[in-house]
Amino acid sequence: MTASQRLWRHPEFARGARDMTGISLGIGAWGLVTGIAMVKTGMGVPLCVAMSLLVFAGSAQLASLPLITQGAPLWVIWATALCVNLRFIIFSAGWRPYFAPLSLRHRLWVTYFMADLNYVAFMKRFPTPGAMDDQLPFLWGGVAVNWTAWQGMSLLGIALADVIPTQWGLGFAGSLALLGITGTLLIDRGTWIAALVAAAAAFAAFALPFHLNIVVAIAAAVAVGVLVDHFSPPAALRPAPGSDA
Amino acid sequence: MMPGWQVLLAIVGLTVITVVTRAFFVIPEREVPIPTWLREALRYAPLAALVAVLLPEIAMTDDHLIATWKDARIYATAMGVLVFATTRNLLGTILAGSAVLLALRLGLGW
Repeated sequence: MTASQRLWRHPEFARGARDMTGISLGIGAWGLVTGIAMVKTGMGVPLCVAMSLLVFAGSAQLASLPLITQGAPLWVIWATALCVNLRFIIFSAGWRPYFAPLSLRHRLWVTYFMADLNYVAFMKRFPTPGAMDDQLPFLWGGVAVNWTAWQGMSLLGIALADVIPTQWGLGFAGSLALLGITGTLLIDRGTWIAALVAAAAAFAAFALPFHLNIVVAIAAAVAVGVLVDHFSPPAALRPAPGSDA
Repeated sequence: MMPGWQVLLAIVGLTVITVVTRAFFVIPEREVPIPTWLREALRYAPLAALVAVLLPEIAMTDDHLIATWKDARIYATAMGVLVFATTRNLLGTILAGSAVLLALRLGLGW
């Protein structure tokens, strides 16, 4: 039996796949929207397919599309994608104790496929590092479902977008998806303030060349957000009125 | 629109960004502590990047704020916000907003 046969016949492979099946509908819809949005930039089908198969990061892809359409400088596109992807850096710290025994090549290969939901499903299944023989099949089972759902629907979106007239405005579905993603990040006072600052700064600095308004908006929002964090401790730490703590 | 080779270069760079950010803390052989500034920036940088990219897409035409009420994006966005605020459902947000956009574009030519 080859190594790959051992992997997909392992019971944890099926379990990993099953744990991702419920959410694969949402992942597929998101992939479809991204596929359509890519074609509507006018970059051509081959580049859309390349972007889908290589970049494999929906939010970063959607965020970079308007910048590509408008011909923003490459470094602004990359800086924006980097910011959108920052969360993966934190996830990678979570992966570290699990993947430490693997070779560097193996570590890079596995983490490349780890989307947000793979992380969530894996940490639920293995709250503490366990046997690599169980963890890896579980992971690849989840990847098999997640990657196939995402790429399959993304490629379908690319194929359909050419048939659907631009005038229908389906590319706007990508903006609506970003709108929803932004909504999920607005969880407390600090994030709302940071979002308002980013919006105000992005408009105020809109006249700047090279889409520098995006860089200005990120810098301003991070600065204000961190200030809000440092000057308003959580309610539990604040002395109650009348107490002399 | 940028030339094809430049888009390809952008895609190669975006791929490197995916690989490096997903693997970041598993790359070094020895344990590396996460700096506090990174943890704090993480809370706000992705949100700010999304807002800054999104706003011109939904509120501007040719580098100016939308100046007419007959723009389907206004109502599609309003519907998206409404659906997300009430259901927190991403798929529903996309479908409802797109439906409004499609109806106004095809029905009224907005």
